[in-house]
Amino acid sequence: MADTRRPLSPHLQVYKWQVQMLTSILHRATGIALAVGTAVIVWGVIALAAGADAYAQFAACAGSPLGLIALFGWTWAFNYHLCNGIRHLVQDAGLGYEIPQFVRASWLSIIGSVVLTLLVWGYVLSVGGVA
Amino acid sequence: MSAKDLQHPLKRARGLGSAQSGVGHWWNERVTSVALVALGVWFVVLVLRLMHADYAAAHALMARPWNAVLMICFLLVTFWHTALGLQVVIEDYVHTRWKEVSLLMLVKFFAVLGALASVLAVLRIVLGA
Repeated sequence: MADTRRPLSPHLQVYKWQVQMLTSILHRATGIALAVGTAVIVWGVIALAAGADAYAQFAACAGSPLGLIALFGWTWAFNYHLCNGIRHLVQDAGLGYEIPQFVRASWLSIIGSVVLTLLVWGYVLSVGGVA
Repeated sequence: MSAKDLQHPLKRARGLGSAQSGVGHWWNERVTSVALVALGVWFVVLVLRLMHADYAAAHALMARPWNAVLMICFLLVTFWHTALGLQVVIEDYVHTRWKEVSLLMLVKFFAVLGALASVLAVLRIVLGA
């Protein structure tokens, strides 16, 4: 438990819901998920370096139902962090701070991430799935 | 400050406030994120190309000089950006000091470990050791 008695900052329950909250929370959540995902990338590269057997084992795990769900989730998390990250970079440049622009850009991040994910997995299916 | 304290306020404040490193952290996170826009998209395309390759083809694809160089760039920048991002999350939500410091250390250790292990793996692939 916290060793301070003062109220701590995210008082999520007192705010009226708005899309900017969702994009902010999702950016952190996808960032943490992608951090966990780096372990899979390390595993994949090491397996590729270690030899055919290790790589086959990795590929079998990645191609299993659970692996595919994780990969699909990773794809969306990556695409979301990418789109919303670009939104943040644009805002860091001082642009897009009018409220309607802000809301539109937030929706653009969410919709863009879904569209990119569907494009990637559409491509995967179009070339004959993951097998 | 008590009225009896004869120390100058500036003397009392020095060394206690901001360590002046916040801008450096913020800027490094931005620089790595710009690099990752390009490197991340490249990585996804690489994974899509690896998907249908057998072991020999996958190994050969990764062993191409440009792929190896970009992969090492991607790995280093990814772990750097990840460590910076997780640091902020931990500083924001972990309010017990010893837990906070421990987690901050763990994140840095794992980031360096992951970066070194994966870069060594890419070097093994490209140099054929």
